[in-house]
Formats: sequence, structure tokens, C-alpha cells
Amino acid sequence: MTYLDHAATTPMLPAAIAAMTEAMAHTGNASSLHSAGRRARREVEEAREAVAAAVGARPSEVLFTTGGTESDNLAVKGIFWARGAADPRRTRVLVSAIEHHAVLESAEWLVEHEGAELVLLPVDAAGRVTPEALRAALAEAPDTAALVSVMWANNEVGTVNPIRELVAVAHEFGVPIHTDAVQAVGILPIDFAACGVDALTLTGHKLGGPYGAGALLLGRDVAAVPLLHGGGQERDVRSGTLDTPSVVGLSTAVAKAVADAPQRVAALATLRDDLVARIRAIVPDATLNGDPGDGVIDGGPSRLPGNAHLSFPGCEGDSLLMLLDAQGVECSTGSACTSGVSQPSHVLLAMGATDAVARGSLRFSLGHTSTAADVDAAVEAIGAVVERARRAGAPRRRAAVQA
Amino acid sequence: MRVLAALSGGVDSSVAAARAVRAGHDVVGVHLALSRTRDALRSGSRGCCSREDSADAARVADVLGIPYYVWDLSEEFAEDVVADFVASYAAGETPNPCLRCNEKIKFAALLDRALALGFDAVCTGHYARLDGGVLRRSVDEGKDQSYVLSVLRPDQLAHAMFPVGDTEKPAIRAEAAALGLRTAAKPDSHDICFIPDGDTRGFLRERLGDRPGSLVDESGEVLGTHDGVHGFTVGQRKGLGLDRPAADGRPRYVLGIEPVSGTVTVGPGTALEVSTFAARSPVWCAGAPDGPFACTVQVRAHGGTAPAEVTPTTDGVRVDLAEPLRGVAPGQAVAFYRADPAGDVVLGSATILR
Repeated sequence: MTYLDHAATTPMLPAAIAAMTEAMAHTGNASSLHSAGRRARREVEEAREAVAAAVGARPSEVLFTTGGTESDNLAVKGIFWARGAADPRRTRVLVSAIEHHAVLESAEWLVEHEGAELVLLPVDAAGRVTPEALRAALAEAPDTAALVSVMWANNEVGTVNPIRELVAVAHEFGVPIHTDAVQAVGILPIDFAACGVDALTLTGHKLGGPYGAGALLLGRDVAAVPLLHGGGQERDVRSGTLDTPSVVGLSTAVAKAVADAPQRVAALATLRDDLVARIRAIVPDATLNGDPGDGVIDGGPSRLPGNAHLSFPGCEGDSLLMLLDAQGVECSTGSACTSGVSQPSHVLLAMGATDAVARGSLRFSLGHTSTAADVDAAVEAIGAVVERARRAGAPRRRAAVQA
Repeated sequence: MRVLAALSGGVDSSVAAARAVRAGHDVVGVHLALSRTRDALRSGSRGCCSREDSADAARVADVLGIPYYVWDLSEEFAEDVVADFVASYAAGETPNPCLRCNEKIKFAALLDRALALGFDAVCTGHYARLDGGVLRRSVDEGKDQSYVLSVLRPDQLAHAMFPVGDTEKPAIRAEAAALGLRTAAKPDSHDICFIPDGDTRGFLRERLGDRPGSLVDESGEVLGTHDGVHGFTVGQRKGLGLDRPAADGRPRYVLGIEPVSGTVTVGPGTALEVSTFAARSPVWCAGAPDGPFACTVQVRAHGGTAPAEVTPTTDGVRVDLAEPLRGVAPGQAVAFYRADPAGDVVLGSATILR
């Protein structure tokens, strides 16, 4: 099997499995006061320190959650509520048009239920939020902005945002900024303190850790109203008994992924460039979406090194995916949805792509287990697959019938 | 053969796919997403493409050990089935959306795509039989769906598989249960899948608005008014909205609908009886006839059969019934069945004209 969907989830690192398995054999609630509890608390706190050290945060800024979706919800809603409590005029939520649904839907929910006003920050053709766009949106009504949320690197097309510059603009207006860095941690150089963001989402299963474990890095002076109430764990912002084994697995993976990032990133970029070049040699009209990847942003590449997002004119992404799957090559048409229906990607549409181009796209994403043989397998399959998918036709192009 | 099994998430298509697998075919399961705004759960027996249904279809594929995908045919469905449905009512006709879906979606958009992608056939859970390319009624007469398949041409039927048509429905449920499929006890779906609340009039009013018109009797006397011709079907008795009874005290039925003026004519049941009518756009499942032929016709999905003589004309067919039928509604299909003792071979169909 050729697994080229690491941006969806990537295999757990053996070290993380080992650490987590060992922790599972221990009993102890990290909030208990006896010896078993102390042991659990120690494991959790060591994990917290390890995560903090790996991403340039203070231990007290690491709040363990169940993953990216929870962290995004907590950041967007929690900061919105806290900002509104301090000054009720702050109702505008500024998020980029290419955010993950965990951010977009949280913002939409605030519009529907909490009187928020959603400001979608536009992106350029590469899928990038420019400091100018953020400045223009903030300057429109500076006193009414509750928060800004712009992802560090996009999960679909891999484009990296200039987070430091965006932070500078947001802070110029005194507005806190959150970033969903789920795709970036363990790949790009990230220093929470140095970059200045107020909140940052990371998750375990995208970097070799367990599913269902993640963190929100929340600056010490940033207020957030909790979503979950209970025993007051995690700075009173996120109650719930700490999942010691998951936290241990997560911290092991974060530490290792961050430490190995420089070598892995170079290797991934080489494999990815080879994949893209060879696919385009076979399918000359295939186009690479997003940033070309040869730039530098905040000391890292301008595109996620494992991401190859391509459009195949005349093909439907669903057809390509099925035919590649039958050849043992696993990739994605975009972000998966619970009902399994691929919608035209909101990311590509925001970048100015047509509906048909958006639906005729595939994302190959490489990760720590990817090899040259994986690239060979995908390249070997792609020609016949595209030819056949083209025969099956492109999605019907016309204005949607409002039925 | 490489077979694409359409999995609705119901019991019939589940067993159809299971039988295709058992027959040794290389099967891939596909669930059709026909609406962009899908409800999470089914409401009773209504609707057919909720997320619960796609999850059930996925579980059937798991158990059968076949790949499973969801294909979005919502645009095709909106245009070819839903818009056609609305336009047909607006024109004073009574459409059959299931038949249109088979004609335009399952055995057109889906089949074309399947063939292009390297499949040899599309397999569905319809109750009908295919013997050497000949379409026949299913063994379970109560469940027979050959009527809604009578719009298929030979080239479409050549790539169709209906594996459950040779079995009675209770045995299909038992087979699903024995296979451990979680769709085994799922209620049958009824009504129109894209009108999950069953309120067809409300659905049409939303799309067509109110188009007031008159209710008249056969002499042209105005008996009342109505909000739009889309609220009526030829043969309809209930919901006419008339406040006084007919002079003779007998029930009144919709006899005819004139969409341009919005006039709906009502009258006694006897006036509904039709002995001859024309139909357009014939489709011949087993090849075109070379002249007039005797057959049994069926004028709606359930019931409404009569012996008839069918004569091809320049722009369709003329149907002369041996005995009068009620409820011959423009827009519905008339299906032709071979005049032999079994009477179960489908010869073709056409769309009933006003």
C-alpha cells in the first residue's frame, strides 16, 4: 500500500507508542493527592514541559485537549467571549477564508448564536493571507475586533502564512491572534514566544502522536472562557481528568517530530518535488495549486514540504481517488467530510479556482514514513488513472440549480 | 465482471450487492449523494439519502469486504429529477421522479461514469428481473418495480443487474439478517426521497409560488378557486377545496388541468374513464415494434393495468384500451407488457399526453 495521505493522519512514531503503552499500564488520576496520583501528575507535567520546550512556550501555556477541533473551538469561542466580556463592542471575528472547518464553523456558530460578525479575510492566488489584507480588515473598525484566526499552514494546499507579520498587524490594533498550526508543528520552525501569537492549536495525530490528544497553547495573559466546566484542570480553562497516556504519547511525538524536523523537511521536499515533476511530465496540463514552495517564510519553507496539491483538468477528483485506491495508492480529494461527499474545496474557491478545477483536484501528502518507492508507485499509476478519469468526465459545469 | 453496486443504505440494494459479490464479481459499492443539504437521520420511512443512510451503506460494504465511496450526483439530480418534477407539475402533469431518476441518474449519469471508469455493470436493488437482456416483472408482484425501469433502452439494460428480482421481499430481509447486514430490519422507503416531510404541495408551493386559478365543472361553471395547478393530479378526489357538493351528490374528481389559464376541471368519476390516449417519447426496452401490437398497459406505479392495442405514430404512440381505465394522468408513463399468459415481459414505455 502506498500511503500518501499524511496530512489526514500520519503513523504513530514507535517511541510515542512505547511511551504511551507504558503509561497505560499505570493507574492514577493526575488530580489525586496520593502516591499514584502524584505519579500521574508528574507524567503529565513532564509531558507539558516537553511540549513547551519543543515549541518555545512556557509549561503553563500548554493546555491539553482532545485535539485540533477542540483547541480551535476553545480558542475562537473562548477568546471571543472573554474579549466581549471586557468590552461588548468587540463582536467581529476575523478569520481567513482558507481555515479548517473547526475554525470556520466555530466562527459561524458565534454569528448564529452569539451575535458575532464574521469577517472572512481574503487570500491571494497562492492561498495566503497578506498583512495588508488583515490590516485593511482591522482598520475598518478597530475597536470592534474580538480576535483574529489565521492558520499557520493550510492543510489542503500547503501554503504557509507569514504569521509573524500577521501577529504584528493584529497587535498594532491590540487584537489577539490565534493560529491553527496543526499542519505546521513538527515540520516548520515554531517558537510560540518568539512569534508572538496569543493562542496556537496543535494535535498529536498529524505529527506521529496519538489520535484524540492535542493542545492549545494559550499565552499566560490571554483570557479565554472555558467550553468545558468541571474540576478546573488546565488553568481552569479546560476541565476534565487528564488523559495521562495520551498526553505522554503526544509529548513524546512532539519532542521527536520537532527535533527531527530539519532533516525530515529536506527529505520530504526532495520527494515531493520529484513527485510533482514526474506527474507533470506524464500529465502536462496538471497544475500545482498553492505556493510554488521555493520561498522562505519565518525561517522555513513557504509551502509544507510534504504537500503536493494538483488539479487535473477534465477529471473529477472522486474518480481519480477511486482509481488510485484500486491501484493501492491512497490520497485525498481535499478535506474529508463525515458523509464522505467531497464538496468543492472552499480553500481552492477562495484562491479563485473555478468549481470544476476545485473538484478535479487531488492532494498527495508525504510524511515521516514516505519513501522513493511511494513516489514511484504514484507516478506509475497516475497516467492511466488520469486517462480513464478523463473519459468518465469532468463534473458538470453550470450554475447550481437551486432545487 | 467489474460491478458497481449502488448502495442506498436500504435492505434491497444491500442484498443485491451481497449477491453480486457471492456470484464472484469484482464489486465496488457507491452511495449516491443526491442532495447537498443532507439530514443527519432518516425520519421514519421517508427520505433515502441521509447521512445515516450513507453510514449504513458504508457498513454493508465493510461486511461484504468491498470498497465504498460516495459520489456526488446532486447537481445532476437537481436538474434532471427535481427541476423536471417541478416543471412537470407546473405544466399540469403528474411526474414520476423515481422513473426519471432511473432514466437520467442511475442508468445514465451513474452508468456512463461507471463504464468509463472500467466497470461492466451497475447493480441495484430494484425488484425486477433481467433474463438475457429482457426486462421482466419481479417474482414479488407487490414489490415489482419494472414500471419505473420501463424507460431503459437495451443499451442501458445490457449493463444493469437486478439481483433481488427473483426473490420475495421477506426472503431478502431474511438473507440480509443472515449475512449480518444492519439494514436487514430497516423500514422500506416510501414517498419521494427529496421531499422527506411528505408535503409535496408545500414543496411545490415553495418553488412555484401561488398561481391562483379556477375550479370549473364540465360545463365550465366556476365552482371555486385554488392556489395553483401543482396542487392537483388527474383522478384526485380529496383536497379539492370545494365548499358545496355536486348537484347529484356524487364525489367529484379532477378530470383535467390547464396550466396556462390555471383552470382545473372537476367532474364525476365516470368522466375519468379513458379508452384511448396518446403518449410521447416512446422507449423500447426490447427493440422498436414494426407496427401496431397488442399488449397489457400499466399507467401508474401500482395497479392501473388493462389490455390494449398500441399503435406507433409519427410522434409517439396511440393506446386503445380494451376496457376503460381511470387515473390516466398526463406526465405518468404508460408501460407496455407482452401479451402472453405471464404478462411480465416489459416491451417499453411512453409518456402519457394530455
